[in-house]
Amino acid sequence: MAERHFVPKAECEYTKADFQSDQMVKWCPGCGDHAILASLLNTFPKTHHKKENILMVSGIGCSSRIPYYVDTYGFHSIHGRACAIATGAKLANPALSVWVNMGDGDSMAIGGNHLIHAVRRNQDLNITIFNNEIYGLTKGQYSPTTKFGQITKTSPFGTIDYPFNPGELVMGAQGTFFARALDCVPGLTTDIMTRAASHDGTSVVEVLQNCMIFNDKTHAAITDRAVRDDRTIVLEHGKPMIFGKEKNKGIRFNGRCLEAVTIGENGITLDDIMVHDETTEDTGIHMMLARMCGELPVAIGVIRNVKKTSYTQLYEDQMDECMATGKYKCVDDLLNSGDTWEV
Amino acid sequence: MTDNIIKKNDIVVRFAGDSGDGMQLSGTLFSDASALTGNDIATFPDYPAEIRAPHNTIAGVSGYQVHVGNHIYSSGDKCDILVAMNPASFKSNLKWAKKGATVIVDIDTFTEEAMTKAGYTSDPFTDELERAYAIVKAPITSFTANIGTEQGAEKKTYEKCRNMFALGIIFYMTHKKLDQTNAYLERKFAKKPDVIKLNEAVLSAGYEYADKLEVIHSHIYEVSHAEMPKGRYRNITGNVATAWGLLAASERSGRRLFLGSYPITPATEVMVELSKHKGLGARVFQAEDEIAGICSAIGASYAGALACTSTSGPGLSLKSEALGLAVMTELPLVVVDVQRGGPSTGLPTKTEQSDLNQALYGRNGEAPLVVVAASSSANCFYWAYNAAKLALEHMTPVILLTDGYLGNGSQLFRIPKVADLPSITPRLATPNDPDYRPFRRDPETFAREWALPGMEGLSHRVGGLEKCPDGPLSTDPENHALMTYNRQEKVNRVANYIPDQEVTGNPDGDLLVVGWGGTAGALTLAVEEMNNEGKKVAYTHFNYICPLPKNTGDILRKYKKIVVCELNNGQFAGYLRTQFPECPMKQYNKVMGLPFEVGELKDCFTKILGE
Repeated sequence: MAERHFVPKAECEYTKADFQSDQMVKWCPGCGDHAILASLLNTFPKTHHKKENILMVSGIGCSSRIPYYVDTYGFHSIHGRACAIATGAKLANPALSVWVNMGDGDSMAIGGNHLIHAVRRNQDLNITIFNNEIYGLTKGQYSPTTKFGQITKTSPFGTIDYPFNPGELVMGAQGTFFARALDCVPGLTTDIMTRAASHDGTSVVEVLQNCMIFNDKTHAAITDRAVRDDRTIVLEHGKPMIFGKEKNKGIRFNGRCLEAVTIGENGITLDDIMVHDETTEDTGIHMMLARMCGELPVAIGVIRNVKKTSYTQLYEDQMDECMATGKYKCVDDLLNSGDTWEV
Repeated sequence: MTDNIIKKNDIVVRFAGDSGDGMQLSGTLFSDASALTGNDIATFPDYPAEIRAPHNTIAGVSGYQVHVGNHIYSSGDKCDILVAMNPASFKSNLKWAKKGATVIVDIDTFTEEAMTKAGYTSDPFTDELERAYAIVKAPITSFTANIGTEQGAEKKTYEKCRNMFALGIIFYMTHKKLDQTNAYLERKFAKKPDVIKLNEAVLSAGYEYADKLEVIHSHIYEVSHAEMPKGRYRNITGNVATAWGLLAASERSGRRLFLGSYPITPATEVMVELSKHKGLGARVFQAEDEIAGICSAIGASYAGALACTSTSGPGLSLKSEALGLAVMTELPLVVVDVQRGGPSTGLPTKTEQSDLNQALYGRNGEAPLVVVAASSSANCFYWAYNAAKLALEHMTPVILLTDGYLGNGSQLFRIPKVADLPSITPRLATPNDPDYRPFRRDPETFAREWALPGMEGLSHRVGGLEKCPDGPLSTDPENHALMTYNRQEKVNRVANYIPDQEVTGNPDGDLLVVGWGGTAGALTLAVEEMNNEGKKVAYTHFNYICPLPKNTGDILRKYKKIVVCELNNGQFAGYLRTQFPECPMKQYNKVMGLPFEVGELKDCFTKILGE
């Protein structure tokens, strides 16, 4: 099947400034959303998509205010429904570059159904999940990603809800692109978003984002400068999975599960370290990578990027085929089809 | 046929049997054949929600009523001929037969076991019953089995043909030829010549069986041909007509058609029909749920499509929040609600008009939108078209109310030319218009302009939060009051673009009958019969529900006696009373999941006239 691209390319070069809107950004000072906005504004010029063909769709929550801060077409919709609205917009006009922005509650609680089906269909959408593990705009209730046992406004005795890992959710729905980024490393976030934009199909980028007010430092155990190198690993396709301040730690598959090892200790050499392959169709290893935490470093970067014909292409191919070969060329043909008679 | 043929203006035939006995097909084939031979028709499928309820039980009975003749407004009250394929269908459907009706039963199915299952404790064919009806005890199962065995067919194949035997009898009784149905069989089973041969043989056997029966010879009907305006005609169900109306509106407006829907009885057929027409550009999306259905349509509308979603009552409930979003963003959207019995899951396969309040009021905040209702299976086409026109020209969501009776029922449809339909001019913005503002309004209609992603120089943001006319967010109290007024005024002003409400029957009558939506058939006939009988009854039927036609008050104020008839507990009556409190109104209501019968309406009108 011939690969088709539906979003027209711009004839000019854009800069970040071209996408900045004139609206005052009303997030709390120090909120991780500011950095994600900056990463996104830096991403658009790199996609070379025509500016007027970019559509930002969001749900409800702090992060969902983002369309107002970007000078493109935008739809700030209702809680949980951003994926569904984006799906309709892309189906109506495949020439649009459609970006979906949601928080963790928006995308995985009230909007969970739409998210898994969007991922399953693999329509050409770019989904960003701002994951701060809390409901911020309603002032601090636990969300589907809040850590087990955490005390919040609605869990004064600690949550007894087991949290979702967005990556596992995406792999479970046979997603074709999943990446994880950190709000505090905006350059990497831009690189990841640029790759997400060039993926034909649904891309999901989870950004671990800090909410200063209601869940401060929720990701600090992995994102603090002092520990970041040892507690995270930036995956790169085709490269060994090395991490650590000294670049001497790696991920090894021991036949049963993943483990963190140190090169030079216990006879471990570079050859024992797994090489990242983001294109493996089977979700097994990608699922393990997305799940890494605790003893294992949290995986950052593009974890999965698999080629699979997008729903957008399948839909447009089918439409073209039906319109080229259809029995009826206009509605009059249809009205007069089958059993009719003259009075 | 040398008998005394009974000439009639119209007759009603009801096919009843177990689900799976092919009653819907028999009914359709009979109505198609009647339409093609010059009769006017209306049909009414009456089927259970279960696909195959336990065999031979009352729960599993499926029925299909066909009304044929001249000037057919509805599917008729009671039938002249009843076909009952088993004891359960006989027991549950005899109440729909007129006194003296011909009742054809498959006598082979009246075994002890089946009769017990149907709830009979003694022989159903009492002397009293035999005096009240002309009962034909036809051995349909054994006749069909003999033909099947002769042709070497398997039991499970020939058992499915019993309905053809019954249909053969009906064709004989109604003086019709078999050609039409044979042609259908040849089309349907083109790749299975054995099946064609078997079905045709069983159909002829039924016909010949009837020819030999004395009782049938005194019950042969010749039904008047319909006097209809010249034109090309076809048979159409309301749901298909709705789908085609949307296609026509898309073609005429030049906007791509998008339908985002989720399967729900009795609306599914709208999506099923449009799914066939990708060739005509219909972009159909089967969503993961009702909410995604409407939300995808709202997204498609923002992107420039003629966007629609189809559903029934429970689905409309799920769409409420998103409908509010469509009101707030002032995007064109057509929501088709094929109403069924409620609340909750209610009576999925039965008809009702009880979603009116939900359509008018079922949203948070001040959220006005346009509500229209179709009043016949065939005019679902025009009302779907009209709903799309209003949505696109006035930049508003429009709810089109049809119902299970209209949606599943069928009628003759005079085929229009798309070019003859009223034009549709969407309110598109002009690219690079330096003065474009998201909520700049047309001074006459108050409709805003539609700027589509992809248009240069018009990028803007919409959403559920209140905005000011220039586009940005606003929580300013005066602005909210202004925007609320503007949204309401836009819907009110639709009244300037719709025709006056008409009064039919005897406009100088002593009583005004008021109806809306899918009850027009029975109401028209009831009023016509009353006037023919010398009573004076005026009648007005509403299709524009919100806003109402501007002369509505003038009409209502002319009559001392008004009765509002609807298949709910008085929702339209309540709506009219809030707007015209000076007009006293009586109500006639029915919530049985069934359409009105002409008889009950006439009783009601007679009683009111006598008060």
